[in-house]
Amino acid sequence: MRAVIGVPFLWLGVFFALPFALVFAIALGTNNPDLVPPVELGFSFKNFALLFSDDLYLAAWLSSIRIAATSTLIALLLGYPMAYAIARAAPNRRPLLLMLVVLPFWTSFLIRIYAWMGLLASNGTIDQFLRWTGIADNPGTILGTEWAVHLGIVYAYLPFMVLPLYATLEKLDTGLLEAASDLGARPWQAFLTVTLPLSFPGIVAGCLLVFIPSVGEFVIPDLLGGTDTLMIGKVLWDEFFTNADWPLASAVAVCLLVLLVVPIAIFQRQQARSLERQ
Amino acid sequence: MGRARFAFGVLAFGYAFLYLPIAMVIVYSFNESRLVTVWSGFSFKWWQALFANEAMLQAAWLSLRIAFASATTAAVIGLAAGYALVRARRFPGRTLFGSLVVAPMVMPEVVMGISMLLLFVGSERLMGGPDRGFLTIAVAHITFSIAFVAIVVQARLTDFDRSLEEAAMDLGATPWVTFRTITLPLLLPAVGSGWLLAFTLSLDDLILTQFVAGAQSQTLPMRVYSSVRLGVDPQINVLATIVVSVAACALMLSGWLTRKKV
Repeated sequence: MRAVIGVPFLWLGVFFALPFALVFAIALGTNNPDLVPPVELGFSFKNFALLFSDDLYLAAWLSSIRIAATSTLIALLLGYPMAYAIARAAPNRRPLLLMLVVLPFWTSFLIRIYAWMGLLASNGTIDQFLRWTGIADNPGTILGTEWAVHLGIVYAYLPFMVLPLYATLEKLDTGLLEAASDLGARPWQAFLTVTLPLSFPGIVAGCLLVFIPSVGEFVIPDLLGGTDTLMIGKVLWDEFFTNADWPLASAVAVCLLVLLVVPIAIFQRQQARSLERQ
Repeated sequence: MGRARFAFGVLAFGYAFLYLPIAMVIVYSFNESRLVTVWSGFSFKWWQALFANEAMLQAAWLSLRIAFASATTAAVIGLAAGYALVRARRFPGRTLFGSLVVAPMVMPEVVMGISMLLLFVGSERLMGGPDRGFLTIAVAHITFSIAFVAIVVQARLTDFDRSLEEAAMDLGATPWVTFRTITLPLLLPAVGSGWLLAFTLSLDDLILTQFVAGAQSQTLPMRVYSSVRLGVDPQINVLATIVVSVAACALMLSGWLTRKKV
């Protein structure tokens, strides 16, 4: 048993926990392009000070949170009815319906985002369709805007929203709904007062599973967004790969981590609780 | 009646949203034109081009090898982690252990990428190695895959019938023999689907890989990314078609593995 605990503990300690300590240490250092790697160790908070005083970084933080939050909301509005419909479908059909939700997740993330590039480009499929139907003569390009980024996030993370929602909705005791309707509740009243509150754990889990990765997203804003789409994952990437400013990129990583600590903790707590309940 | 129609409408819209973009990509892999938005006739031209693309094939081969190595290692460590989480009720640092196992699942990839690179750069300075490439990429992939295997194993173990294990112990089997002959075979389907998940995630990973890959090695997603950045490319459509077909098969296999013995 000692090895069973020790091996994963040691592995994750060395390759997951220790690197974070390094990120903190490097974030306190200074960028020095003459060195290889370009870092001068030290103890200064000026990287963090820069992140909180420069308008560009502040704007990137705010727009990351805003884009992630609105995308999460859209995914919830789309995912909840889907999860509900699957949970109420005939039991022998549910596995297939669920598998169809999960399948895109098993294909390449990069390729799913790429799929939207061809659809959204000017003169792309959607553009042509709008022209052909006469809905819009000269639709503006969607590719390269925040709209496209929202669409990409909802598309990529929808399965993460549907699965936990389905898990809670499927377990829901339908007897409670019958009781509500026997007592005179209309269907929508029963939904608002019984189904919705009881599916709350699923809503929280689904929203966190979409929100957390979206905040630090890089591929989606890079491929679907424009040059004016600011997201913090992209800032980190550019600081690191384009500007080779490792300390500043590390400081961005530290801030991103601090920002996400609360949602991650809520998520882990809820996971632990739902496992105990089983 | 109105309800059934509503449910049908919701699902039809949802699945159309999920699958139409993928369907378009597949259709245009057989397009004759270089433009992936204009249909100009059926052709296998881009399929031939992809299979003659030496750099792409090399990247695919590297990715497959990394995915195999990292999924296999992650399956072993993840099995241990999942087992420890359910069966070892009390040990020092259990809460920390629990968070360490799950955290890589929800960690932003850019953060994990930069932190692992710093670790490898540090070890290069202190110990002179390892060189960045196959090994560092595999280690990075193992680290985030452990969580996914552990979760599947954990879920399987929580609704596990212990009477078989108890019977074996009563008949005089040592804990190790019991584990090998009873517990492990019953857990294998879960480990198998965890392995498949880890394999897929490794094959697909771009961000973490880009950080830890070094200058020499280029994996398939790195190739795809550098090509896609410049715009749409029909060869990527072909690749997408292959990936989607393989994923569909893998998912069916995984569904069959987990359903068989539950």
